[in-house]
Parts: sequence; structure tokens; C-alpha cells
Amino acid sequence: MIELENVSYTYGDGELLSDVSLQLQPGSFHFLTGPSGAGKTTLLKLCYGALLPTSGRLNAFEQDIARLDRDQMALLRRRVGVVHQDCRFLDHMTLAENVALPLMVSGKGENAQKEDLLELLNWVGLGTRLDALPPELSGGERQRAALARAVILSPDVVLADEPTGNVDWEMSQRLLRLLVELNKMGKTVLIATHDLSLIRAAKSQVQARVLRISQRQIQLAGADL
Amino acid sequence: MSKDTIRSLLARDKRADRVVPPSGYTAQLTLFVSGAMAFLAVFALALSLASGRLADRWASELAGAATLRINAPAEQLAAQTEAALTVLSQTPGVASARALSAEEQVALLSPWFGPDLPLDTLPVPQLIEIIEGEPGLDAAGLRLRLGAEVPGAVLDDHSRWREPLVEAARSLRRLGWVSILLIGGATAAMITLAANASLAANAQIIEVLRLIGARDRFIARAFVRRFTYRAFFGALVGMLVGMTGVLLLPEASQEGGFLTGLGFQGVGWLLPALIPLLGAAVAFLATWTAAVRKLKELS
Repeated sequence: MIELENVSYTYGDGELLSDVSLQLQPGSFHFLTGPSGAGKTTLLKLCYGALLPTSGRLNAFEQDIARLDRDQMALLRRRVGVVHQDCRFLDHMTLAENVALPLMVSGKGENAQKEDLLELLNWVGLGTRLDALPPELSGGERQRAALARAVILSPDVVLADEPTGNVDWEMSQRLLRLLVELNKMGKTVLIATHDLSLIRAAKSQVQARVLRISQRQIQLAGADL
Repeated sequence: MSKDTIRSLLARDKRADRVVPPSGYTAQLTLFVSGAMAFLAVFALALSLASGRLADRWASELAGAATLRINAPAEQLAAQTEAALTVLSQTPGVASARALSAEEQVALLSPWFGPDLPLDTLPVPQLIEIIEGEPGLDAAGLRLRLGAEVPGAVLDDHSRWREPLVEAARSLRRLGWVSILLIGGATAAMITLAANASLAANAQIIEVLRLIGARDRFIARAFVRRFTYRAFFGALVGMLVGMTGVLLLPEASQEGGFLTGLGFQGVGWLLPALIPLLGAAVAFLATWTAAVRKLKELS
């Protein structure tokens, strides 16, 4: 589904990722961990085409991402839902409008049923906050809204960058349950986090592969987690 | 750009339009610039059309006439006038020729000497008005014959001062059209600046839209549509104010000469209606070009 083959990424004079190889198989669940600044966000950005590899090959849905034109890249991003650490909402639009935004940009806005949107927002526990503006939402609500927006187009892959970074333990468990639920629906999930307790909590709910970025390279994490 | 692309860029989509916040100084700037430019364009158009009419009128009126002046001692004046009329009656290309009466000559001189001019006491030459017919007057041939038969006759076919006047009027018309082109160019430049400023101010929104899978066309559309409609409405208001100004100009009159009759005539009144449409077209192209370039820069 998404395959990195000897991918390196250099920014300026510094190499952030070196010779990374990784496969995200359909329906798999991955944690990506490592210290701050190790390159977790960079790896996620490579996976959804916000950055292009300096060297190596990155295939997404059997397409070489470096060869995609701008329109093809847009179509790729509709198949990869992303939960950003800072959520990235349009503050002048309501929660419902923000969540429905991917439908609008993909031309499905006209056919989208309000009931489906409400059902999705109920699923993330925000069914009563439809008209709230993003600045009025709490950290947990923003993360759940970002998750709803990431999955509204029913993408094949869901990437989450530190989704529990700004929420309390209870909320992080709630978010984790939602992501596990998505995985059980067949979605491929990759969560970048430095929160090891989240990974430990997930072990009882899902069979997850834990990857660690260290020294610009990626490796399977051991039992010390 | 195909018709479908243009149609989709301009089609109203209230929800998609909400993606870009409607506020910002670029909105007022676009409205003001397109309004002011449309106002100026109305006057440039009026000037161009009026000077065109003037050039055509002068060219046609003066081209068909000539004047023969008889400078002779008083006792020979009548005889030379008679001889000149005879020559003219035999000349091909002269439709008619008649000697101006004393009253007509007084009327011609009265702007300079006043109405009570004692013409009979002054050595004023006799003027003969010649109206040209087919196949046109051979001025050089006529001069040769008059030189031999009417020594005091001087033929003025008006070309000496007709051509500079007509050329001046034509230059004024060209100036009007150049002004309209410059107005269009200035509008395009200002709207490009405003669109660039708006795109830069909304760079974060553009980034979010990209991350959720928006194509450049979707993003550009939100900006293009907004700037096109703003330019249209601004130009519409500017055009209406300009038309009101033209309506208030003095009517064309004999006394006022060129300074009156600067407005529109006949179907010319419909031409300013094109200004808002052209303003919108200029804004459309300017914003589309700016958006495509800026979106490539922001990638």
C-alpha cells in the first residue's frame, strides 16, 4: 500500500532520514516512536506526499510518488487521511464545515448526506458541537474533529502525528479506541508518538507493529517497550 | 482554457466560497480600483468616440468644399468674379459655385470686427464658395487656368488646414483608445497585486486545502470567482457614475465647438455597458494567472 525503499531525506545540510525501508500493508497497525526531532513527522510527511524523498523510492498505491503531477498528488491525499498534531482547521468555518471540507474539495459535497456527517461526528463524540468554531473547541475535541475529517472520505490509510500530544490520559485512550476501531474496519493506521504508555495500552487492543526512529534510521522496537 | 473550465471557475458555490475568508483589505482595494478605472474608462471612451466623430465630420465637410478668393481693385472685382464663375462653371468636378453676398461676408468677419462692419469701405476680397462634385476637383489644373484668366483669383481647397485638424482629431481618438488600454493594464496590475496579497495572506488555508486533497483548480477557483465578481460590481458602479457624469456634460452646440458634444450618441450609449464585462474579464485573467503562479510557488 505504502512502501519506502531505501528512502533518504535531506534538508539543507542535514540528513533527517537515511536509507529507510518500510512497508505499510493493507489493514496493518503501526506505531512510530522515537525522541522529539528524530524524524517521525518527516516520515509521515513523506508518506502523504508533503515532502519528496531526496533519494530512494516511495510507492503509494503502486505509484511512484516522485512521478505524480499536482492533480495526481491531490488524488493520493484523498486516499490518505492525516491527523496533524496541530489539527490545521480553518478557524472561520464551523466544526461541521471543517470536517466536511474533504468532501467539498473532492466534489462530493453536493451528495454528502447531513445524516452521514452527523453519524461520523457522533462516532467521535462531537454530535452536539456542529456549529462550534475551532477556537472554541478543547484540545481533545480538536483531535477528535481532526480524526473525523481525516476519515470522512473513507481513506485506505490513516496517519496520525502525535494525536494524543495535547490531551489528557482519558482522552488519549478514547482517541486510541477510535483509531483501533478504524483499523478493525480495514484501514491501515500509522501513529507517530513519543508516548510509550499509549503504545503499551494499545497492545491489549490491537496487534501493532512498533517502529523506532533512531540515528536517522528505522528499526523494529524490542521488548523494552 | 476551455469553456468548461471558465464556467466551473465562475459558477457560484456558496460553500466552496466560504473556504477563503471574505474579509481583508484586498476586497475594498479591488472594488475601489475597478470602480475608479471604469469611471475613467467611460470618459476615455466618450473622448475617443467624440473625437472620432469630429474627425469624420471635419474630413467629410471640408473635403467637399473649396473657396476662391478674388483679390482685385474695386473696379475690377465684379468682372473678375464673373470671369471666375464662368471658369468654374466649365470646370469638371465643380458641382456648384456661387459668390458670397455682402451680408454673408459680413457674417464671416463679424467675429473679428463686430456686426457693424462697413464692408463697402474696406478692400475685402470677394469670396466664391465651391462645392465639389464627381469626379473631384483638380485643384492644380484649376489654379493654372485661373492664373491665366482671372489674375486676382486664389484657390483655397482647405487642404492646408484641413489635414492637421483631421489628424489632430484622429490623434485624440487614438489617445482615447490608448487610455482605455492603459486603464485595462493598470486594472490588471492592481488586481494581480491584490490577488497575490490575498493568496499570500491565506497561505495557511491553501496548505490545509492541499493536505486534504484539494486540486489547484479548486483553490484557484475560490479566489478567481471572488475577484471576478468584485471587479464586475466595482466596474458596474464606476460605469454608472461615469455615465451620470457624461450625461451632465453640456449638449453639443454650434457655439461651444469641440468642448461640447463630448458625450455618447446613438448606439454609442450602449458601449459603456461593456466596461464591467471587460473589467470582470481582466480580473478573471489576472487572478487566474496570479493564482496559478502563486500556487506553484507555495508547493
